[in-house]
Amino acid sequence: MIHTDNMPLIRAIYTDDDVVLSAVKTLREKGMKIKEVYSPFPIHGLDKALGLKETRIAMAAFMYGLFGLAVAVILTAYTMNFDWPQNIGGKPSMTWGANMPAFVPILFELTVFFAAHLMVWTFMIINGLYPGAKEQNPDPRTTDDHFMIEVHSVKGVIDVLKASGAKEISEA
Amino acid sequence: MHYESNVREPLILGDKSYTDITNDIARPIETKAPRLWWIAFSIALTMMLWGFGCIAYTIGTGIGVWGLNKTVGWAWDITNFVWWVGIGHAGTLISAVLLLFRQKWRMAINRSAEAMTIFSVIQAGLFPLIHMGRLWLAYWVFPFPNQYGSLWVNFNSPLLWDVFAISTYLTVSTVFWYTGLIPDFAMIRDRAINPLQKHIYRILSFGWGGKAKAWQRFEEVSLVLAGLATPLVLSVHTIVSMDFATSVIPGWHTTIFPPYFVAGAIFSGFAMVNTLLLIVRKIFKMEDYITIQHIEMMNIVIMVTGSIVGVAYITELFIAWYSGVEYEQYAFLNRATGPYWWAYWSMMTCNVFSPQFMWIKRLRTNLIFTFLISIVVNIGMWFERFVIIVTSLHRDYLPSSWAMFSPTFVDIGIFLGTIGFFFVLFLLYARTFPVIAQAELKTILKSSGDSQKQHHDPNDTH
Repeated sequence: MIHTDNMPLIRAIYTDDDVVLSAVKTLREKGMKIKEVYSPFPIHGLDKALGLKETRIAMAAFMYGLFGLAVAVILTAYTMNFDWPQNIGGKPSMTWGANMPAFVPILFELTVFFAAHLMVWTFMIINGLYPGAKEQNPDPRTTDDHFMIEVHSVKGVIDVLKASGAKEISEA
Repeated sequence: MHYESNVREPLILGDKSYTDITNDIARPIETKAPRLWWIAFSIALTMMLWGFGCIAYTIGTGIGVWGLNKTVGWAWDITNFVWWVGIGHAGTLISAVLLLFRQKWRMAINRSAEAMTIFSVIQAGLFPLIHMGRLWLAYWVFPFPNQYGSLWVNFNSPLLWDVFAISTYLTVSTVFWYTGLIPDFAMIRDRAINPLQKHIYRILSFGWGGKAKAWQRFEEVSLVLAGLATPLVLSVHTIVSMDFATSVIPGWHTTIFPPYFVAGAIFSGFAMVNTLLLIVRKIFKMEDYITIQHIEMMNIVIMVTGSIVGVAYITELFIAWYSGVEYEQYAFLNRATGPYWWAYWSMMTCNVFSPQFMWIKRLRTNLIFTFLISIVVNIGMWFERFVIIVTSLHRDYLPSSWAMFSPTFVDIGIFLGTIGFFFVLFLLYARTFPVIAQAELKTILKSSGDSQKQHHDPNDTH
């Protein structure tokens, strides 16, 4: 395998999402490695064309939800049944199991709270997003109506990009 | 891939390209505010300041400045609380439930509807806080370890469920909204000329660059958040209704409350979305994105949920009679024919009768009529909460305790103040945030854009 990390980058600008998608497919068929694709909106099917793995963030959210549920169980059991059990309105409070139906709303809300917030935090961290971060896209037009494919400068790549419908090609 | 049946109405009108969408959505942020905006903002600001004055007076003097009495211990404050929470529900319904149902028409309205959700939940949250009287002790609602011999909050109480439900709802809605805003802030950042503006939007956009992996995760996060927000929004108004339903007051102690409150919340929320969007599309010239078709869809939802609410009212009456409980029967008879008959019949007229006009296509596609109905519905939904709360309380078990409620200027001032506060937030939002989720909208331009549809070759399944 060719070591590509130190190679200069080639940036190709496109103006249509379907053209980008077919260009990505062509490049990959020719065995050329794509470093990154920048687009103003999600292109349907691009992740598969690029060969990206499925994201596991939904599974992470599920785990966070379980954690939230556990927090809720511990919180309600400790405060209501262990630390200071009281007879409130004649509702059973001596065991957590008998008291549980009254805690369903809390169990549910905390599950959602932890799943949603921790998932969004994870999303921000793994994508390197934080307030004031430098913009990740090299060309400001790629949040408007332009698309960019970034490839390593291997032999013949410029010809492939030109043939695939790139409007501009530059070296970075 | 971009195929869509030509029978469907286009969702984006006019000959738009991706850049046109960018320009149209950035325009309200980059240009000077129209005169109408300043007029609306001044009125809202005045109302807000008046409301803040009334809140300060209440906190300084005590809630005795309200019209409450020994019998009617809950009145406008809780009415306003439930009303505002209910309005908030439409935003989540539009952004989460319609996302799960793959309804593409949501894309033009979800951003503003979610903004409305957050701003109205803020208004709702004010009322329980003010009603505490001693606002500075508000943190007592959270389970903090404390010096009173580990006295904890009561997790058996629906009022505490409410604390958790509303807090979760407000914060989760906010992150859901903000996650969607990040790519759109990046768009504003990348075209900003003014360095200060560029700096502000750089902070707000978190450095978003639209990388392929980031978009893949973004879509997954949106989907999971929608999946979480859907049961969440249903739980919130269910729990709000349990504040009443788990009590033993005739007129409150009914099992129909959770679904009935949720339907009523959607009903009033969609009406408020219509009110706001009709103003936004006019002031900011968004007619090509928020089309008559969008308004019509909203009106259909209003009609359906209004009818559900109507069925719930009638079911309630029937069950009161069928239960054989004298107190329950009297509570409902008193609602319809007692001293508050006018509130009951205002509610019935506004909520059950007025949405039925939406069966007629000419009326539900008429903007002025829609605007009027949207206001009427919100008045009706305010009366619904007033009827449930005050008429169930004002005739206690003992006739010697019977009383009437009349609001003081402080009650009225705080209510008007929250309306002002709500519009101040919304108007500021409309001038500084992208009011339409433009990145999402661009994904449907090829399939649902007007001119793109016309040039579409039906044999091309690409």
